[in-house]
Amino acid sequence: MAVLVAVLAVFLLCLLVLVRFYAVLKTGSKCRPGTKGPVAVLIVAGSGGHTSEILRLMECLSAAYTPRHYVIADTDKMSEEKICAFERSKPPSHSESQFTICRIPRSREVHQSWCSSIISTLNALRYSLPLVFRLRPDMVLCNGPGTCVPLCVAGLLLGILGMKKVLIVYVESICRVQTLSLTGKILYPISDYFVVQWSSLRDKYPKSIFLGRIV
Amino acid sequence: MKTVFVTVGTTSFDELVESITCAESVQALKARGYERLVLQVGRGSLLPAADSCPHVRLEAFRFKDSIAEDIKQADLVISHAGAGSCLESLCAGKPLLVVVNDKLMDNHQLELARQLHMDSHLLYCTCSTLTETLRTMDLSVLQPFLPGQPKLFANFLDKALGV
Repeated sequence: MAVLVAVLAVFLLCLLVLVRFYAVLKTGSKCRPGTKGPVAVLIVAGSGGHTSEILRLMECLSAAYTPRHYVIADTDKMSEEKICAFERSKPPSHSESQFTICRIPRSREVHQSWCSSIISTLNALRYSLPLVFRLRPDMVLCNGPGTCVPLCVAGLLLGILGMKKVLIVYVESICRVQTLSLTGKILYPISDYFVVQWSSLRDKYPKSIFLGRIV
Repeated sequence: MKTVFVTVGTTSFDELVESITCAESVQALKARGYERLVLQVGRGSLLPAADSCPHVRLEAFRFKDSIAEDIKQADLVISHAGAGSCLESLCAGKPLLVVVNDKLMDNHQLELARQLHMDSHLLYCTCSTLTETLRTMDLSVLQPFLPGQPKLFANFLDKALGV
């Protein structure tokens, strides 16, 4: 009897999570944090090319996107410098707006095998969850480094638990013309806005948004 | 002095270094009026000495923090198919010849170079066709590459989020 109750409880819990999952995904277009004041952004900078591309996107965002929390992989030396230089270059009207830089373990090195990728992603999730729960951003902006998967999952979880709807905005790298990156494929179903930079990708992925080349 | 800048990015591409410094290629470059050849050779095993190539002024180095200055000084950039090198050269408004490493199969970076070639922003060849391409290429067919517009993304996001 006890076993039956336990099984039933687990089943109901799973059902509840699924229903919440679906509900959270559906509320993306209705979620308009900008109408209530500044928008807190979590920006996932990767390394090298990813960081340069995401900073290009940040260039044109207004001071309404404040505060800005940058997340970088702990093995990444270059990105911190680039981010600080970028924030310093902002016009004086932005100077009161604040930014922070947080480090988490890298979830996947280039050429790492699938199996060990999963383990290190789980490890990265251990750090991502407390970070996202503490910062409670209105949106996560990312463009492809593996590090963004656990952070987006943490954001999704915040929504599933009913604590806060975190918008997931994914911009596929300009390098991707015909196929999505692995991260893109994973985040396509769970992102609220999925932006691609070549029309050939928009044709293949109906949910995606094509604004032309934006970096 | 008309300059050609060759870059292989963070990897190695000995075959390109070899092909561009061979007598036939140098001859083709000379015929087009290029007199200076600057090579960024990355992790490759070849680092040609300055006097190894008669008829041109040759400089070679492995890495620099930034190759922006080398690109700026060049009249022609010859690059591997890496997205970063391609975009940096095109954004600097330099004519670009991309040499594909056909020994690297299934390299997703090729996607971008191929597309940019289809849109006439760059020329495209392999090491085995490099000399021939240098002889026959017509740089006047290249279309200028306009920078992307992050403003469009900002406008979209403002609208979607109600900012």
